[in-house]
Amino acid sequence: MTYVLEARGLAKTYDTGGAEVLALRGVDLAVERGEFLAIMGPSGSGKSTLLNLLAGLDRPTAGEVRLDGDRIDRLSETELARLRRRKIGFVFQFFNLVPNLSVLENVELPLLLSGRGRKQARASAVELLSELGVGDKRAVAPALLSGGQQQRVALARALANTPGIVLGDEPTGNLDSAAAREVLALLRAARERGRTLLVVTHDARVAAAADRVVTLRDGLVSDETELEPARPVALPFESAERP
Amino acid sequence: MRDHFLALLAGEGGYGYELKQALEQTFGELLPALNAGQIYSTLARLERDGLVVGESVEGDSRRKRVYELTDAGRSALARWIEAPVPGTRLKDEFFMKLVVVTSAGLAEPRALIEAQRREYLQSLRDLDALLAANGKGVAAELLVEGAVLHAKADLEWLDLIEQRLTLAEEDT
Repeated sequence: MTYVLEARGLAKTYDTGGAEVLALRGVDLAVERGEFLAIMGPSGSGKSTLLNLLAGLDRPTAGEVRLDGDRIDRLSETELARLRRRKIGFVFQFFNLVPNLSVLENVELPLLLSGRGRKQARASAVELLSELGVGDKRAVAPALLSGGQQQRVALARALANTPGIVLGDEPTGNLDSAAAREVLALLRAARERGRTLLVVTHDARVAAAADRVVTLRDGLVSDETELEPARPVALPFESAERP
Repeated sequence: MRDHFLALLAGEGGYGYELKQALEQTFGELLPALNAGQIYSTLARLERDGLVVGESVEGDSRRKRVYELTDAGRSALARWIEAPVPGTRLKDEFFMKLVVVTSAGLAEPRALIEAQRREYLQSLRDLDALLAANGKGVAAELLVEGAVLHAKADLEWLDLIEQRLTLAEEDT
């Protein structure tokens, strides 16, 4: 079977003025279509490096990355940029919206860049923004929105080209707990609609919403766990027999 | 549940079925199907201990026992209300298991930690799914939010335990 995204023996060494830093030391990872995968791990465990390599934003020292079965780690910058635009949606910790474009224009941008017509781009952007609950903010500048609203816009932008996978880098990292919960609900909803998600996170709540949680430690996968659908929760009722 | 029952009976008293209803109304679906037997045996114990007094009256269809607080029951309730519930717990089921099992050399600590991390993540998932569902009362919602915070703290603690173990291994 072809995975949406696959890494084999992925390693990355940084040369920091003579001293070599082993950021990743051989990571295997495969994301299935429709899966929500979370990557956790302490700072310095290699999470961000892994995400950058998977997204084709950085090149591995060893190993390979496949997107829809095709190797991407040896493509040219231009080819990579084109591929990212078509196949990958990004959600960042600090939203990374274009400040001098309106909310609507931010979401239209990837559609226009991938060759969609103006009318069609507008229609899709409008629809996505209302789906994500920020339909009434279309004309506003991103800076005037709350963090939670900005992340909704960022998610709309990430989903605009119906990418094969959405990559998230601490998507709730800069939000208060109420906004984080809303963004989490949207991620969960995207997953319900069959989107594939890979999210790097410190937030255990985000990880707990994933189907699978991979923990990195010192550049290696140290733990991997699959979660079941949510189980019913009930208060323990103390039996009268207890003292 | 004894003290909770005293509190529920403090006003005008009541009978077992009313207590069951009051609890169900407050906690909704969080409350497991309450076993009538548990309620009646708790009430019977309270009566045996002299904290409530019951009186049998004719109901619509059958006899029921109506309870109200005695003076001893009122002071017990007052003491319960006044005293804060115990704070920090210096007791943790997982940690005790980890220490005993690993010091006896019966399992690798990391295997236990991983299984436990999975359980905490799964409970966090269960709790969040419950929060996402509609139609809870405020009490139930806050109760679940509290459990979420505890689950997150438990996960952080597991990370800390694992880090210390790694450091200890490196030292040896």
